[in-house]
Amino acid sequence: MSYTIEGRTGTWEIVVGLEVHAQVISHSKLFSGASTTFGGDPNTQVSLVDAAFPGMLPVINHECVAQAIRTGLGLNAQINLFSRFDRKNYFYADLPQGYQISQFEHPIVGKGTISIELQNGDVREIGITRLHLEQDAGKLLHDQDPTKSFVDLNRSGVALMEIVSEPDIREPEEAGAYLRKLRQILRYLGTCDGNMEEGSMRADVNVSVRKAGEPFRTRCEIKNVNSIRFVMQAIEVEAARQVEIWENGGEVDQETRLFDPGRGETRTMRSKEDAHDYRYFPDPDLLPLVLEQAWVDELATKLPELPDAKRARFQAEYGIAFYDAGVLIAEQAVADYYEAVARGRDGKLAATWVMGDLFAALNRTSNTIETSPVSADALGKMLDLIADKTINGKIAKEVFEDMVETGESPDAIVEKKGLRQVTDTGAIDAAITAVLEKHPDKLAEYRSGKDKLFGFFVGQVMKETKGKANPAMVNEALKTHLDA
Amino acid sequence: MSLDLATTRRIAKLARIGLEENELEATRQKLNGILGWIDQLAEVDVTGVPPMVGTETETLRQREDKVTDGNCRDALLACAPETSGPFYTVPKVVE
Amino acid sequence: MLTGLTLTEARAGLAARKFSARELAQAHLDAIGRLNTALNAYITVLPEADVLASADAADARYAAGTAGIMDGLPIGVKDLFCTKGVRTTAASKMLAEFVPPYESTVTANLLNAGAVFLGKTNLDEFAMGSANINSAFGPATNPWKRKGDEATALVPGGSSGGSSAAVAAGMALAATGTDTGGSIRQPAAYCGIVGLKPTYGRCSRWGTIAFASSLDQAGPMTRSVADAGLMLEAMAGFDAKDSTSSNRPVPAFHKAVGKSVKGLRVGIPAEYRAPGLPAEIVAMWEQGIAWLKAAGCEVVDVSLPHTRYGLTTYYIIAPAECSSNLARYDGIRFGLRKDAPSLDGVYEATRAAGFGQEVRNRILMGTYVLSAGYYDAYYLKAQKVRTLIKRDFENAFENVDVLLTPTAPSAAFAQGENMDDPVQMYLNDIFTVPASMAGVPALSVPVGLNDAGLPLGLQVIGKHFDEETVLSIGGALEAAAGFTHTPSVHAGAGA
Repeated sequence: MSYTIEGRTGTWEIVVGLEVHAQVISHSKLFSGASTTFGGDPNTQVSLVDAAFPGMLPVINHECVAQAIRTGLGLNAQINLFSRFDRKNYFYADLPQGYQISQFEHPIVGKGTISIELQNGDVREIGITRLHLEQDAGKLLHDQDPTKSFVDLNRSGVALMEIVSEPDIREPEEAGAYLRKLRQILRYLGTCDGNMEEGSMRADVNVSVRKAGEPFRTRCEIKNVNSIRFVMQAIEVEAARQVEIWENGGEVDQETRLFDPGRGETRTMRSKEDAHDYRYFPDPDLLPLVLEQAWVDELATKLPELPDAKRARFQAEYGIAFYDAGVLIAEQAVADYYEAVARGRDGKLAATWVMGDLFAALNRTSNTIETSPVSADALGKMLDLIADKTINGKIAKEVFEDMVETGESPDAIVEKKGLRQVTDTGAIDAAITAVLEKHPDKLAEYRSGKDKLFGFFVGQVMKETKGKANPAMVNEALKTHLDA
Repeated sequence: MSLDLATTRRIAKLARIGLEENELEATRQKLNGILGWIDQLAEVDVTGVPPMVGTETETLRQREDKVTDGNCRDALLACAPETSGPFYTVPKVVE
Repeated sequence: MLTGLTLTEARAGLAARKFSARELAQAHLDAIGRLNTALNAYITVLPEADVLASADAADARYAAGTAGIMDGLPIGVKDLFCTKGVRTTAASKMLAEFVPPYESTVTANLLNAGAVFLGKTNLDEFAMGSANINSAFGPATNPWKRKGDEATALVPGGSSGGSSAAVAAGMALAATGTDTGGSIRQPAAYCGIVGLKPTYGRCSRWGTIAFASSLDQAGPMTRSVADAGLMLEAMAGFDAKDSTSSNRPVPAFHKAVGKSVKGLRVGIPAEYRAPGLPAEIVAMWEQGIAWLKAAGCEVVDVSLPHTRYGLTTYYIIAPAECSSNLARYDGIRFGLRKDAPSLDGVYEATRAAGFGQEVRNRILMGTYVLSAGYYDAYYLKAQKVRTLIKRDFENAFENVDVLLTPTAPSAAFAQGENMDDPVQMYLNDIFTVPASMAGVPALSVPVGLNDAGLPLGLQVIGKHFDEETVLSIGGALEAAAGFTHTPSVHAGAGA
């Protein structure tokens, strides 16, 4: 256990579980035909169903169900062939029906796992308790009027997957790793874009503290934390707050809290006394959701390769290190790029170029892999030029920078700049002869036993050929000349 | 089970129906009368009986993921008792 | 008398050009003009020009030979069906000014079949009641009077009391109703007309203001059993917008009427012979049994042991669902709003002012039975008992084709009676609720008058989606009973 809090009364460990709300990627809403596009004009992506007009009824979106199943499969989880929708009843201005349609007793996805990797290389399994489908709420704007809040229902009814973890997380770093891994899986699956700034992925964090070997103590729920960094910070400050309370002989109240990143503290949002009584009951407007195993199987066969599998394959197929493979599969687009470069080529060299020069260039030019000025195809061709000895590694750096700048193909650049490697033995011999003639003193020293000067002669010959000579051939020929 | 005034007040709050104190007592009595009658259900043995929602006759139909609705803001807002520009409005909510 | 026709007769008259749809509509508008003050059957009467324009369009379709099955037939629409551009109130202050920008599927189907809407009929607020006394627009009154007592106003039943009163009094040829625990059948019986609650899922619930989603079902209220079949054909059908809508084909229901019932097995549930059941009800029931025997039916005793818990189960499940269904009336997007400094204040003030007492009480009861600590004892228990009730019907229907029972335990009572004790009021639904709980179709047919001269109805309950057999049996009862009485308040009376 690497993360603990040293209190006056002893050492405390933290217990964290995460509830992630992930907006499902779909064209239309979970129970209505209105659009889910982000950023539409207020209240334009609202149907009578979303605004809960009298007599309106929900009809479920097939794709949202498929997305939940895909996600469940991606989390190595049990897919429940029988699930059901329940109503969660409460009043709020962003909740037109006065209830949220959710899945309480019978979620569509049951237990699963996510494996996460920590900075020190340790790998841990975090349990998934369940995943269920539910409706998102609308949005309130508080800064438009001094006495009123404004209601925009565009988001009302968009499908969410609530993904609940087991209380398996023991340190802030694990929470961060869990969220990054979950987001990575969702993005690979194409079931959620994982964009926490736009709110398409949000986390509720359950935190408690205990001394080693104790059962769980009372937990607090920190609602709607909207970045991974804030989740980690919130856990730290909330755990410290709870330790302080326990050590002062107090009791932690089970309550809902908010994290204030500005002040670096959590504060009460709702105490237990005004805790909701949600009065869950099966939604009588909907029938049970019964899935065919055959459909689940079909979705499973069409699942994309997921990060863990891809990482293992990259290691095996391209001979790259575990760490490097992890970097390259972090984003699907990078992995695809890398693979396009590496396929049929030297995988290690491809990894070096992608993680080194390419990433640096993207960074410098403020590009992403999707907008890279150098296509995977072009980079691959450049590696081919190295492999067939048209250029050497040093010249390749020059060619690459030119590619970044001009977007031209490596062949064109090599031709344009006359960078083709010199492999003509006559030319190399001529250069060597010239160098030896220029440095008779050094030659004498070498011949009298100063072997270290060999490197000097290599350098001079490369200079003479403007860097284009094939270094191996230069070595070879020099030896012949010097030892003659 | 018999309903006390505190519980009556709590469920009125949950249901967001503003009742005056005198109405609360009258409501309590009325509901209690019904509850006393309903309590006869206690005598039914339901061991091993599954609950029925009433809509289990078929399985849920799923619709295609297409945008077929929305873009009717004017018609919606025209029904609202209070709006401002493109929004519904409520007394300021403090979060 | 154009206002005294059945749908079938009027359809034939229109087709034969004996009279025009305009004349038919005008006759009904006149009747409404004369009678609505007394009966308060309509909350909203459509503008005369609109009604006549619809009728003219129907006449044009008859001339062109493209008339639909309900073409030119003037009907009332229970004010629980949302009608595009026409105020839809649910008889509640909450929706007193609500004009929906959409048309319910059932009324859209009727319009497609050519029906001419006269107006929106009165009901118990949000369909909660059995006497149509819980209306924010005042009670509807039964056109029937006790013999020798014209002064006492009787209830038309509920919740579809405006519909039943209008059809009985000649203010519409027929009307739509909705039935959650008896709201079509019981008012039909009290007003001497036919009312059919179809199988759950037969008619779309889209655009009909919800009371209890797992029970609500729209159906026709008419002057003959054949009319009920005809109108159901127009109302029913699959609707992709309602997940609980059935995609079974809609048969030609009206053809079921007149079919021989010889050899059909009719079950008589022993448990419906409740102690204290009035002798006149028992006698009418016995008469019905005799008629069906005479028509060649085989009468069989059956047992529905859990039906006695139907009503209590209903008064847990329906309020539970209604407490959630009515949460959307919050003063924000439509309907009434009472201002207050806080959001919760707006909710509480709006809902206290907008909902009448019965609706409030049911919402509170529903909130209670779903709340933490009570859910298992009440709601979950009720759901389990509901399973038992449904099993009772399934068991019975293994041996019989239909069940025959009284529709209600009494004839229409006076406004003001049964008002203090809600349980007493709820008992009006004792015979109708079990079929609702099981989701099976049930029909009320007027079969005679009691000693006070008030109509009594018998109920025929059938198997899931077997409305046809129900209509056949209902037709046989109708033929045997030859019920031709009209109420004392009637469009034809004194004219």
